[in-house]
Amino acid sequence: MLEIKNLTKIYEGGVKALDKVSFNVEKWEFLAVIGLSGSGKSTLLRCINRLVEPTEGQILWNGVDLTKASQDEMRHIRRKIGMVFQQFNLVSRSKVITNVLAGRLGYVNPVMSLFNRFPQEDLKMALKEMDRVGIANQAYKRADELSGGQQQRVGIARAMMQDPEIILADEPVASLDPVLAHSIMQYLEKINSEEGVMVICSLHFLDLVHRYADRAIALNEGKLMFDGSPKDIDDVKFKEIYGKEAERIG
Amino acid sequence: MKAPRTLLKSIGIGVAVIVILVVYAYGFRVTKVNFKETRSEDRLIVLARILRALAHPDIIEYEQEETDVYLPFFLPCPEVEVVIQKPDKSRPYLTSSVSCGDSKETIFLEGFNFEPGSKGPINFITASDVKLQLGNFEADSEGHFQLDIRLPTRQPVAEAQTIRATARVNVGAPKFTETAKATWDKIIETIFLALLATTIGTALAIPVSFLAARNLMTEVKSSLTSIAFTIIGWPLGIFFGYWANRLISEWSSPIASHLIGTIATVIVAPILAYMLIRWALPQEELGVPKKTLQAARMITLALSVVIMILMLQQAALLAFKLGQVLIDPLGPFGFLGNFVSQLGDVIQIITPLIVALIGGGALGSITSTFGQNISDRLAGNTVKIINLISAAAAGALLFALIGAVINWFYQIDNPAAIYYWPAGMGALIGLILALMSTAKDPLPIGITVYFIMRTILNAIRSVEPLVMVIVFVAWVGIGPFAGALALSLHTIAALAKLYSEQVESILPGPLEAITATGANRLQTIMYAVVPQIIPPYISFTMYRWDINVRMSTIIGFAGGGGIGFLLQQNINLLAYRAASAQMSPSPLLWLQWIM
Repeated sequence: MLEIKNLTKIYEGGVKALDKVSFNVEKWEFLAVIGLSGSGKSTLLRCINRLVEPTEGQILWNGVDLTKASQDEMRHIRRKIGMVFQQFNLVSRSKVITNVLAGRLGYVNPVMSLFNRFPQEDLKMALKEMDRVGIANQAYKRADELSGGQQQRVGIARAMMQDPEIILADEPVASLDPVLAHSIMQYLEKINSEEGVMVICSLHFLDLVHRYADRAIALNEGKLMFDGSPKDIDDVKFKEIYGKEAERIG
Repeated sequence: MKAPRTLLKSIGIGVAVIVILVVYAYGFRVTKVNFKETRSEDRLIVLARILRALAHPDIIEYEQEETDVYLPFFLPCPEVEVVIQKPDKSRPYLTSSVSCGDSKETIFLEGFNFEPGSKGPINFITASDVKLQLGNFEADSEGHFQLDIRLPTRQPVAEAQTIRATARVNVGAPKFTETAKATWDKIIETIFLALLATTIGTALAIPVSFLAARNLMTEVKSSLTSIAFTIIGWPLGIFFGYWANRLISEWSSPIASHLIGTIATVIVAPILAYMLIRWALPQEELGVPKKTLQAARMITLALSVVIMILMLQQAALLAFKLGQVLIDPLGPFGFLGNFVSQLGDVIQIITPLIVALIGGGALGSITSTFGQNISDRLAGNTVKIINLISAAAAGALLFALIGAVINWFYQIDNPAAIYYWPAGMGALIGLILALMSTAKDPLPIGITVYFIMRTILNAIRSVEPLVMVIVFVAWVGIGPFAGALALSLHTIAALAKLYSEQVESILPGPLEAITATGANRLQTIMYAVVPQIIPPYISFTMYRWDINVRMSTIIGFAGGGGIGFLLQQNINLLAYRAASAQMSPSPLLWLQWIM
């Protein structure tokens, strides 16, 4: 179980990206994070694996406070937290398989990994994960030769290589077309339901939230505005989250 | 609407124009601009001569055949008429309009039956065999030439003197001149000098460029405890490493004295070290290992490092001996033996350095982790006290070391001035830093290293390679080796700057993604940074090679070997045709043609 308590992040320059955000996520849960651009969704996700250092508050995961962990401890913890990005963040000049294997870097012998040597089991695992997302036949292509949807699947395979207990997905479908968006979301849903991986996913479209999320939280200017079932987002709640001028679409 | 032009604005423009004129006027004075000189007759003649010489590089020459043709001539005319024999018309011969004449008189000279296209000088040979040049001729396609010549001023002589035409013809195939051959040798030398300098420079510039890249270094932050412990750990580690290397080399001297022992060590040691490392660094680790296991692994790693050092020493020795033995049997390929031997020597030289650095790095990182653990685990006040002590010690150590370096240059040799005062000051700065900072706050050590690195690089880059050559010539003697070392040093600084700017311009996304997988810093650089920077690194390296070839021409002037050495000699000897031979096929041209 992941407990976020009074999480606050103030960037240099005084911008308050998160303001005393508190919520819990159960294991097995698919949590959607919604809100306008700049509302603090990305910061929230990056605070959980401490790519961004939180200013205040606690992140308790199975009773361990991640904000107190040292650099070394954090590296160990990050191995169990996979991350998927809006811009995929693949190393475009490397092969697909290298990108996928990079998910194992936290586990393997650091010296051997510098020479691009990975254990046989990891290679097998990489092929299995690529097969799961349907890109096994692209393994030896360069990552930038792939289409957007395929690249995001490489991103998911990389995250799954970490054998994660949590997947943080930062707007994973925002730069994909609606059809691809659904296929990517279905992979995440499958991982959540079959492997029992907690998924925390920031999303823009409410229909995706309704379709895939067990629960949703909403941020507006760093404040938690809503925490509950996606079905409970009515017109009043909607205007609270997205502002008075917002219109519902889709 | 037209903006009204104020008086003030007009005056401003006027003043600006006057200031600019004055600046240029002063510039003319300072640079001693003198256009009268450019029209001077003498200068123009010299200029034409030099330009023509430069346009005729001394590269190709022919074997020449000389034929002398004589014509008796009286200067001045004798009292008695002399009958001159009719020339033999089957061979080349000269005729003149008159058979005698006075000084400074102009006569008309014709030549027949010469080798078509042959050319050469026409000389007046006096009775006392003095040669005076009258002019040059060039025979036409029928072997005929005609020209007016002016008789020289001579004392009157009774007997006949001689006008001689020396006809020169090129025979045989063209061949390269000695200058061309020497130039070719030096071109090869220059290109390889540049290649070595570029290789060494690139190899060292790559790691340095990461330290001088802002985006990689800003994230590196450490607590004061960790920094202070690292500063203490590094010099101690370097010392221990140096000492360990000597100890191992002394201890292994019985092995080194037998060839078989050396060979056996070179073969067995790497296998043993590999096995030990494979055990100490397991392929994959899912959990956190126990303390005892960690300790055992550390000891194993240390042991394997000792074995590696031993291997390195013995390998260097073996390569050195083997190379020496190989030079003679290999004949023309003896340079390969010399290469092996020199490599062995290089390893011998740098082994203590590498081992010292490994020692420094190992102890530095151990003390760094230790310091970080203290900072993470202990209470704030305890950390503060440890900070005060360790920061003072680190400051004192650092400043005393700097003092020692300064003393080496300036030979002050006064312990109070070079050790005690700086150490005291360093301790004070450390104390102040420890007092001012909050005990556990991470300090931006990365950006500090970045600024220090940048400063050092800028300082090295601003020193002309010419000056560096002077220093290296003093160290390794005149020749291309000194040039290669000087260019290497300059290449490190220049490339590290260019490289680090490439690192700064990479996409941050992959870096973030790899960090998120739990990879350590080195892995992140290897997987997220390196693939992005390979293409610009290659192009910058090629560009630098290009620059180094050009620069190696210049450093030859200061004794750095290469083509510049010849060029300078010939320019000083006013041998412009030879100098042109070295300039026209400028090594750069050759290089670019090859690539």
